[in-house]
Amino acid sequence: ISAVTSTDKMSASEGTKNTNTEPWGGFDDNIIIQGSGSAVIDMENMDDTSGSSFEDMGEMHQRMKEEEEVAEEDGGEEEDGGEDGEFLGMKGLKGQLGRQVADEVWQAGKRQASKAFNLYANIDILRPYFDVEPVQVRNRLIESMVPLRMINFPQKIAGELYGPMMLVFTLVAILLHGMKTSGTVIREGTLMGTAIGTCFGYWLGTSSFIYFLAYLCSAQITMLQMLSLLGYGLFGHCVVLFVTYNVHFHSLFYILWLVIGGLSTLRMVAVLISRTVGQTPRLLLCGTLAALHMLFLLYLHFAYHRIVEGILDTLEGANVPPIQRVARDLPNVASAVMNATVKSVAVLVHSQ
Amino acid sequence: METDAIPNDHTRPLWTSLLFMLQCLSDVSIAEDIPVEGDITVPLSSHGVDDEVSTLDEPVKDTILRDLRAVGQKFVHVMYPKESSALLRDWDLWGPLLLCVSLALMLQGSAADNQNDSGPQFAEVFVIIWFGSIIITLNSKLLGGTISFFQSLCVLGYCILPLTVAMLVCRLVLLGSAGSVSFIIRLVVVTASFCWSTFASTAFLADSQPPNRKALVVYPVFLFYFVIGWMILTFSPSH
Repeated sequence: ISAVTSTDKMSASEGTKNTNTEPWGGFDDNIIIQGSGSAVIDMENMDDTSGSSFEDMGEMHQRMKEEEEVAEEDGGEEEDGGEDGEFLGMKGLKGQLGRQVADEVWQAGKRQASKAFNLYANIDILRPYFDVEPVQVRNRLIESMVPLRMINFPQKIAGELYGPMMLVFTLVAILLHGMKTSGTVIREGTLMGTAIGTCFGYWLGTSSFIYFLAYLCSAQITMLQMLSLLGYGLFGHCVVLFVTYNVHFHSLFYILWLVIGGLSTLRMVAVLISRTVGQTPRLLLCGTLAALHMLFLLYLHFAYHRIVEGILDTLEGANVPPIQRVARDLPNVASAVMNATVKSVAVLVHSQ
Repeated sequence: METDAIPNDHTRPLWTSLLFMLQCLSDVSIAEDIPVEGDITVPLSSHGVDDEVSTLDEPVKDTILRDLRAVGQKFVHVMYPKESSALLRDWDLWGPLLLCVSLALMLQGSAADNQNDSGPQFAEVFVIIWFGSIIITLNSKLLGGTISFFQSLCVLGYCILPLTVAMLVCRLVLLGSAGSVSFIIRLVVVTASFCWSTFASTAFLADSQPPNRKALVVYPVFLFYFVIGWMILTFSPSH
C-alpha cells in the first residue's frame, strides 16, 4: 500500500509541475493523463513479490519515458493552441480539444508504427523476459509439477517468457504429430495453422481471461506473470499428449490426465490462491482456471485421438476414405433436444 | 666583450629559430627526407580496381555459374561442418530457397492428396521452414546472440541439406517397396540426417551465443529439424 501511495504522490506532484509550466489551460487533460498513467503504474507496481524486479523496473522505465514524451507533446501542442482558445472562446476551445485528441491519436499511432517497424528496438524491449539460464528453465519445468501448500504468503512467479514460448511451440509440434497420425483432415485450413492457432489461442486467450478475472477478484498478479504461469502449466499437457498420442490406451490417458495434468493444474491453483484474498474470489478464479486447463487437455486428446480408433475399426475393409472432420450439426441436435423437452413438458402440463 | 655578448645573446636565438622554421617548411615541402606513415591512396589508378569489380560485360552464364559455385561450396561446408566462418561471412539466401523449394516439391503429392488436400503441401512446408527459421533467429537474438538476422537464416536454411538428401533417399526407397524393411531404412536415414542437420547448425551458430545458454538456443533448432524430419519420415507417396 505504501508503494501505491508513494507513486500516487509522485504522479500528483508531476501533474502539478506540468500544469505550472503551462499557464494556458489544459489542466484537466493533463491531470487525467497523469492519473491514468499512475493507475497503470500502480497495477504494475503491485507485485512486490515477483521473481525479479528487474523487468518490472524496465517496464516502468519504458512507460515513464513514454509518458514524458506524451506530456512534452501535449505541452508543445497546448502552447500554440491555448492562445487561440482565449481569443476565440468556447468554439476555439472545442476545436483545440478536437485537434489535441486527433494529435494524440496520431502520435500514438506513429509511435506504435515506429515501434513495430523497428525490429531491433522491439527485441531490446523483449530481451529482459528471455534472460534465463538453462538450469533455471529446468528447475521451473520441474517446479511446474510440484504444487506447494503455502497459502498465507504470496508465492513467487518468475516473469519469463522463454520457457512458455518453447513449451507452446513444443505443444504445436506434438499436436501436429497427433493430427497427422490420426489422419485429421481440415477443410479450408492447414494442420499447421490449426495447431498454432489452438495452442497460442489457448495460451494467450486463457491468460488474458484469467488476468481479467484476477483483476475483478483483485488478485495480485500481472499479465506477464499470468503468461508465465500458464505457459509453464502447459508442460504437463506436453508430456501427457506426447505419451498418449503414441500409446493408445484409454486407461493410461485417464491416469496421466488425472496425475500429471492434475499436478500442473494444482500448482497453478496453489499460486493463484496464495495471491488472492477471500473465499469467493479464490473459488471463482481457481475453479475457472482448473476447469479450463483440464478440459483443454481432454479436448486436445480426444479431438485428435478418437479418429484413430475409428479408422482402425473401419480399415478392416479395403479402401475406406478417412473420416473427415466436419462441423457437426450442433444446432439440429440442440433444436431436437429442445423440441423433445418442450413436447414432454407440454404432455406433462396437459396430463395435469 | 660584454657589450658584444648581450646583443649576440638576443639575436642568436631569433636567428636560429628562424632557421629552424625554414627547415621545417622545407621538410614539409620536400617529403623525400621523412617517409610519410600510413596509407594514403591517390584516386588516380582506379582503373585497375574497376576491372575487378565490373561484371557488366561478362556473359550471364558466368554470373550464374559463379553464384551456383558459391552455393555449392556452402553445401560442401554444411556436409563437413568444420570451417565455421565460411557460411557466416558471405551469407546468401539462394541456397536455402533452392533447398526449401526442392524439399517442398518432393514432399508434394502424398497419399491423402487425391482424396482431399491433406498431407504436407507445398505452402505448408515453405511456411514451416521460413517461419521456423525466423522464430529460431529471433529467439537467439533475444537470448543475447551476436549473429545477424540473415546470417542465422542462411545457416539454418543451408543446414536443411542433409534432410533434403534424406528425402531423396526416402523417395528412392519408396519406389522399391513399402514394407517394414523400407521403413527401417527410412528411419535410419532420416534420424542420421536429422542429427547431422542439428549438429551442423549448432556448430555454425554456437560461436555467436553466450556459452552458458547454448542449450536454450539449441532446443528450438532441435525442434525445428525434428518436425521437418518427422514430416519426411511419415511421407508416403500416392499410388
